[in-house]
Amino acid sequence: MSSRPIVTLDGVTKSFGSFKALHETSFSIGEGEFVTLLGPSGCGKTTTLRLIGGFELPTTGKIGIAGQDVTHNPPYRRPVNTVFQDYALFPHMTVAENVAYGLTVRGSTVARSDIPRQVGEVLEMVGLSHMGGKRPGALSGGQKQRVAMARALIRKPRVLLLDEPLSALDVKLREVMQVELKRLHRELGITFLMVTHDQTEALALSNRIVVMEAGRIRQIGTPNDLYDRPATPYVADFIGATNLIEARYEGREAGFEVITLPGGAKLRRKASGNGFHPGSEVLIGIRPEHLSPAVGDNLVQGRVVDTLFHGDSIRLEFLPDGATQPAFAQLARGSSLSADALMPGQPIRFAVAPEDVMLFPKVAA
Amino acid sequence: MKQLLWWQKGMVGFVFGVLAFLYLPIVVLIVFSFNDSKVTSFPLAGFTWHWYQAVFANAQMLTALKNSLIVAVCATGLTLTIGTLAALVLDRHDFPGKGLFRNAILLPLSLPGLVTGIAMLNFYKQIGIPQSLTAVVIGHATALLGVVVSQVMARLAKTDHRLLEASADLGAGPVETFFRVTLPSIRPAILGAGLLSFTLSFDEIPVTYFLTGRDITLPIYIYSTLRRGITPEINAIGSMIVLVSLLLIVLSVGLLRDRK
Repeated sequence: MSSRPIVTLDGVTKSFGSFKALHETSFSIGEGEFVTLLGPSGCGKTTTLRLIGGFELPTTGKIGIAGQDVTHNPPYRRPVNTVFQDYALFPHMTVAENVAYGLTVRGSTVARSDIPRQVGEVLEMVGLSHMGGKRPGALSGGQKQRVAMARALIRKPRVLLLDEPLSALDVKLREVMQVELKRLHRELGITFLMVTHDQTEALALSNRIVVMEAGRIRQIGTPNDLYDRPATPYVADFIGATNLIEARYEGREAGFEVITLPGGAKLRRKASGNGFHPGSEVLIGIRPEHLSPAVGDNLVQGRVVDTLFHGDSIRLEFLPDGATQPAFAQLARGSSLSADALMPGQPIRFAVAPEDVMLFPKVAA
Repeated sequence: MKQLLWWQKGMVGFVFGVLAFLYLPIVVLIVFSFNDSKVTSFPLAGFTWHWYQAVFANAQMLTALKNSLIVAVCATGLTLTIGTLAALVLDRHDFPGKGLFRNAILLPLSLPGLVTGIAMLNFYKQIGIPQSLTAVVIGHATALLGVVVSQVMARLAKTDHRLLEASADLGAGPVETFFRVTLPSIRPAILGAGLLSFTLSFDEIPVTYFLTGRDITLPIYIYSTLRRGITPEINAIGSMIVLVSLLLIVLSVGLLRDRK
């Protein structure tokens, strides 16, 4: 984080009855960042967003926004605005009325005469200049999404909260809106905090990602950090995909750490100063894209289970020798392997670079 | 359109028969209100406005009509206010006995008016509300609560709670959110419940009969004059009520359609 914090959570927990939706959580978001809360449904990411928006009050802990303690403030006394998952546009108002809503509420300091100009500006910013007179019911999903953005942004929030903003859109439109979101973030300089379960979206858009699972933060880092140095097998598998293989740690040897695979083969890994004792049970993680069919000396061997054609690549499922779970490799099309070599049951081997082998404790984190 | 089978034609005919049986009496009532004869029977004697003039010259009937309107308007206003508030609380908050409360509020609708009337008469005497139009208003408003609460609650259940959150998010306090978001969304239900309550209260006899003092309402007046047979005057006021009801229905349909 490069700038001063604009949102801080300090020891925040949230329980619904006996269910603990959020375990003690502390983190902060820097001004101007694009941060994503990432995790599967039920991981507490939406609860965290709703706590910051003021729609839920924390059971314990403190929430600060822009240097002010807002822990017990209702939503209408927080300098944040939300883009809701299903947009929550007011059906009985036109697009322009929806967008103007935040300026016409009691306590708004914007002059009535200036509202049409501001509404026009914001609608133009999201590319809906000519839609002001329509009702939300007459809009497409992507247009509703833009109206929801405009309605939230017109209040010039310090932080824009986005709750699964793109999940209701189809794939093509989602990609268009991703570019749009990134552009708005860059142009407005407002802090964005987005909730999503889609790791591609998180990787594509964010400066930093907060990975959550079962009401806890598992790791916070830049997309590169999380991809290259996942802290746990869970993060490794959630950010991109990772093959996890049970193995035994043998010790150090000439600047490398040596691991024995279940089949007996040895694998070298670039030393990183872990605290494992020689002989301890570990999990190694290798990303499918890091397994190359080229010959080398750091090898994972197994037998082909199946192949799946993915257009630009082939996804190959194989069972590493001695392993109980299948692993996956991603092969470029036209790779050197012949069709015969990819028949189920054929022996196959992949080389992996020592720096691409990840190492985790075996106990589930 | 598809060719109907013989039995389908038969069913369509049956439906039209039922409709005719429902509406013919009303048509006959209107026809006789213009019939120039003291006896309500065929053949028709000739066209006249006389019976309408008689209605407007009948001070007793006009007082009864005025009383009915006062009761219906006041009872509707009262029951709408209390019922809407009750529905909002029921929708938003959980409290012990909520299910019981929700069912209990609907009970008076299914009880015979005779029972409600006697019960209210007894109870109001105990707590010192004298027999009067006020008592009738309170009685009607209570009995009609079920209509309002059930209608408004059904509408609230269909309202997206995120709209309220969006409103708060955009800076509106609870009161402003109610008037700008909640109310527009439940307006059709309030209007519908209001019209229904008005009609039910306007032509209600049993509860009114027990609770009113010397003031009589239109249905009670009509009922008491029936001893002398159906006069054309009653046909005339009946026709006017049909006309006003029609106007109200058209009006409400128009208002509700605008909210799409």
